[in-house]
This record gives sequence, C-alpha cells and structure tokens, in this order.
Amino acid sequence: MTDLMTAPPATEATRSPLRRALPWLAILLLAAAPFIPLDIPFVFRGPLDSPGTLNLLALMLVFGALALTYDLVFGFTGLLSFGHALYFALGVYAPTIAVSHFGLPLSTAILITIALGVVVPLVLGAICLRVGDIAFAMVTLAFAEAGSIFVLRDPLRITGGEEGQALDFKALPDVFVGVVNTRYVFWLALAFAVLVYLVSRWIVRSRAGRVWQAIRENEQRVEVLGLQPYAYKLLAFVTASFLATLGGIVYVLLLGGANPGVAGATFTLTLLVMVVLGGTGTLWGAVLGGALYTYLNQRLISLSNSEFVDGLPGALRGPLSEPLFILGALFVALVMFFPGGIAGLRDAAVGRRLRSRVARLLGAGEGG
Amino acid sequence: MTVFILLTITGLGLAALYFLVASGLSLIYGLMDVLNFAHGVFLTIGAYSTWTASQRLEFIAQPTLRFVVAVLIGMAVGGAFAALVEMLFIRPLYGQHVGQILVTVGLALALTALLQAIFTPDARAFPAPDWMGDTTSVLGANVPNSRFVAIAAALAVYGGLVTFLKRTRYGLIIRAGVENRDMVTALGIDVTKAFTFVFAIGGMAAALGGAIGGAYFTSINPEQGGGLLIFAFIVTIIGGLGSLRGAAIASILVGLLQQYANFYALVGAGDLIVVLLLAFVLLLRPQGIGGKAAA
Repeated sequence: MTDLMTAPPATEATRSPLRRALPWLAILLLAAAPFIPLDIPFVFRGPLDSPGTLNLLALMLVFGALALTYDLVFGFTGLLSFGHALYFALGVYAPTIAVSHFGLPLSTAILITIALGVVVPLVLGAICLRVGDIAFAMVTLAFAEAGSIFVLRDPLRITGGEEGQALDFKALPDVFVGVVNTRYVFWLALAFAVLVYLVSRWIVRSRAGRVWQAIRENEQRVEVLGLQPYAYKLLAFVTASFLATLGGIVYVLLLGGANPGVAGATFTLTLLVMVVLGGTGTLWGAVLGGALYTYLNQRLISLSNSEFVDGLPGALRGPLSEPLFILGALFVALVMFFPGGIAGLRDAAVGRRLRSRVARLLGAGEGG
Repeated sequence: MTVFILLTITGLGLAALYFLVASGLSLIYGLMDVLNFAHGVFLTIGAYSTWTASQRLEFIAQPTLRFVVAVLIGMAVGGAFAALVEMLFIRPLYGQHVGQILVTVGLALALTALLQAIFTPDARAFPAPDWMGDTTSVLGANVPNSRFVAIAAALAVYGGLVTFLKRTRYGLIIRAGVENRDMVTALGIDVTKAFTFVFAIGGMAAALGGAIGGAYFTSINPEQGGGLLIFAFIVTIIGGLGSLRGAAIASILVGLLQQYANFYALVGAGDLIVVLLLAFVLLLRPQGIGGKAAA
C-alpha cells in the first residue's frame, strides 16, 4: 500500500508513464484486498481478506489520511496546532449523538456533522489565529481540552463519558453492519484516503497552497507582498479541520461507535508523531507515517503480550509492553537525529545517489 | 456561606498547584522560548519519587518529618531529572524551537508510558501525614488541612523565586535573559548555564507540586501531571509568558473560577469556563496579564 505514496516529488513531465501508473495500481491492488485470501505471516495475523486484517488496514488508511490533514496545517502552513483532535472527535461524536441520542436518520446526522465541520473550525480558527506561534499552540490546545472535558465529564449526558457511545446499528445501512461486511467499510476508508490525498495534492499545488508554504517560510514577507496571511491561514485551518471531521465520520462507521480516546490532547500529540515520523510537509510521507504508526501501535500491543517479550528480563519487559513508550522514544530519536522523517531519509538516499553519480561523471571527465 | 468558604479555600489550594507547575513553565518559556510538554512528567516523577522515598524512610517514626524528608528527596529527583532533560534533549536542538517542543512532546508520551510500566496505571494512595487529611474549621467551614499546605507551599515558592530573581546574580542573569537573551549573550555571559538552572528550578517546583498534589488528591497516578499541565498552560498564557506575578494572579483566577462554576453550575462547566476565559483574555490582551517581564 505504500507504493501509492512512494511516487517521487517530481513534476508530472519528468515522471515516466510507469511511475505515474504505479500509485493507481497500488490503489487497485488495495481495493482488491478483500478478495485475496493471501496469508502474510508475521505482518498480519489473519489472511488479507479476513475481517481483522481488513479492519486494521482500514484504520491505517483513516489515520494515514488524518495525519495528512494535520500535515496541511502543521507541515505545509507551519501552524503548530495542538487541537486537531477536536475536529476529528467532532466527526466521531456528532453523528453518534445525533443517531443514538436524538434518533435522527444517519443521512441527516451526517449532513449536520458536515455543517458543523465547517462552522466550528471557522469560529474557533478565527479566534485562535488572532495570536501567533506558541500562543496559538496553547489556545488550540485549550479548545481541544475543552472538547475533551465535554466528552469525558459529559455535563449534558449525551456523550457517554468515559465509556463512549455506540452507534445505533439499526440506523445504519445493512452494508455497514456486521463482521461479514467489513469489506464495505474498508472500501469506504480507502475512498476517503484517496479523496483526502487528491484534495491535499490539488490544494498544496494551487495558488492558496503556495501561499501557505510561503507563510510557513516567512510570514512577514507574504504580508509585505500585499497578501493577507490571516485569511490564508484560516483557509488552511478550516480545510484541514473539515477533512478531519469527514475522517471522524468514516472512523465511527468503521468502529461502530465513539470512544473518548479520540478527543484527548494525547491524540493530537499522536497525530504530531505520525506526521513527523513520515515527514513534515510531504504528502505521501504524512500518510505513510499515519499508517505506519497505527500499524505499530496495534502490533506492538499484541507483541507486548507475546512470548518473546515475556521471556525478556524484567527491566526490559515493562517498558516494551508499553507501545507508547517505544513510539515516544522513537519519536524523540527521529526529531533529534532525522528531523525529516521517513521522507527525509529517502530524500537523503536519493541525494547521495545523485551526488555519487555526479562525482563519477566529473571523475570520468577529468580522466578523459 | 460555609460552602462558599470551603470552595474558596479549595480553589486557592488548586491555584497553588497550578502555580507550582506554571511558575517553571513560565520561566522556561520566558528565557528559552520552549513550551515544555514534559513539565507534567516532572510533576509525576516528583510525586512517585516522594512516594517511593517515604516507603524507604519507614525508620523515621515522626510522620510529618518523614513526609518533609520524602518531599525534599522528591524535589531533588525532579530538579535533577529536569536538568538532565535540558542537557540531553533540549540543548542539542538549540535554535530550533519547533524541534525542542516536539522533543518535549515525545518525552512526555514516552515517560508517562514508562511510569505506567513501572508503577502500573492504577492510582495509588499517597502517604501524607494524617493531620493533612483532617479538617480545620474556618468560619464554620471544615477545610482539609492539605489545602493550607498547598497554599503555604505555593507562597513559599513564589517568595523564594521572587527573592532569588531580584537579589542574586543568577536571578539577575535570568531576568535579563527573559528581557533580551541576545543582549545577555553579547555581554559575554554564558546563558546556557542559566537554561539548565531554570529547568532545574522548574523541575523542583513541579515535583513539589506533585507531592503536594498527592496530598491534595490523596492519591497519585501516572497521568496526573499531564492533566494538571493543560491548566498550567492556560494559567501561563493568561498570566503572560515569562511573568511570575502574572502566573500567580492567573492561577488564583483560574482555580477559583473552576471551583465556583463546577459547584454552582454544571459539573465540568468550570473547566470549560476557564477555556473561555483564556479565549477572552487573548482577544482583549494577547500578551496576557503580566506581559513578557519576569517577576
């Protein structure tokens, strides 16, 4: 599935037809996964077409796309938001509450959520963006925390508090109910990931996207050029938040309910880890980071219960049984030693190859 | 009326906890522009060090003395740990503000998980002397003594920090650094030592907050620091980054408001109102109450 993202950041013209077709082939292959009863030992616990594996793949796709939406704010526009989880949680909780608590049909619930997904980030973003840098980070964090408190403390008795809230399955269309139908939610997740990727690619190459990147590099210069950074930053904030809200809807259909873990500040920090892991300010890197993080998080939990870890001496067993310890430590190492993430590593490798080729050509020139 | 008094003193106790965390955050940010997400972990480490120390200090028969010694050990561990974090993780990334913040985020995630692995995620009872759990009658309200201890500790830290910043040479360097770091460096003073020092002070104050918080909530858990940290951030920014006096005023404001609203309005309303207060302050006065000036 990573082939989709490993397309080089080259322009359309310089890319060979094969390379251009590669991402589409990868998507097709992924879409066919529910029909391939292939067992990949160690990587997945069941065959590719088993509900468990499809569920994990779908989760990886949703979080990969979600990481990309965060990258639009953080990586491309340079806004260090600590509140992105809030908009994902909005997409998770709004339809759940509308369906399970108020008994609305799913379609109405989704329409309401989509409307909220535009209005809420527009209002909150307009407030948060009045301050810059660190203050912005803190205000977004505070708003997200307010959302988290609302979910956890549940003053209106609608969110289900710490236990979360199941989505009333009677309101769902049949194709989204039951383990046998996992493939449909998987396809939904795949469609969502492709949509987010295409929208993101289009927008970062558009005029607005270029202004975002200019703001990241030097906001003052953008202002001097006569553009209004505030409007562009708000556009980035609302676009990314809206896509995250859509992701929340897919997530709730995938898991069949809302859980408060998606609302907390820790979840935004997790998104940050995903993006930095993959490569800040890259499209495929962010998706890869999100998917890889989700995969590791899931697999490390099962690893921590495995015989391998049980056989280790006590001092090692404790920390290794905590996925967040491993991922947190990995993150610190990345930030300190490989700030470009996976995308940066790849660029460095390409750079080395090019350098050695240039050196060889130069050497040959001198020799001849 | 008795309820109001109880709420007020409890709110001030909470404000004291916020201040113990926010004072370090504010100084660190003021001097180094580092938003320290690992600060909550300093608090948790202080709390668990105090807990472990008081288990080992059974030979001290006098409970209050044992508690005081354990808290001092907890503060020493918290301070040393914070200084170590600054030297190992913050210093190599000097000049990269986002990188520094990201490292503290990673540390916060990893260390909280590590504490969960070592001490289990469950809350455990905190061994404070019995008299801290007893109540004292104030104008008819029965207030737990731990509230007074928290307030006294915060006042002592505030007084100590202000004196230190105003009366000592190191304090002068830190104050000057908060005002204009480049100028201090240009004058030939090694600011990096002050960085480590500020981290150590902040770590000690947070660790004290952890120990006092243990007595205040009667139990500790690995996520306690992270929970308090969010409100400490809010306090720091309402107070104005780098301002101790601002942090103190904002702590009181936030602590009291939270207690009153949680009691008189809905449960959880206080926490939401505090966030609204933050939005309000930022709209009217983006630099916070105290602006960017230490003490």
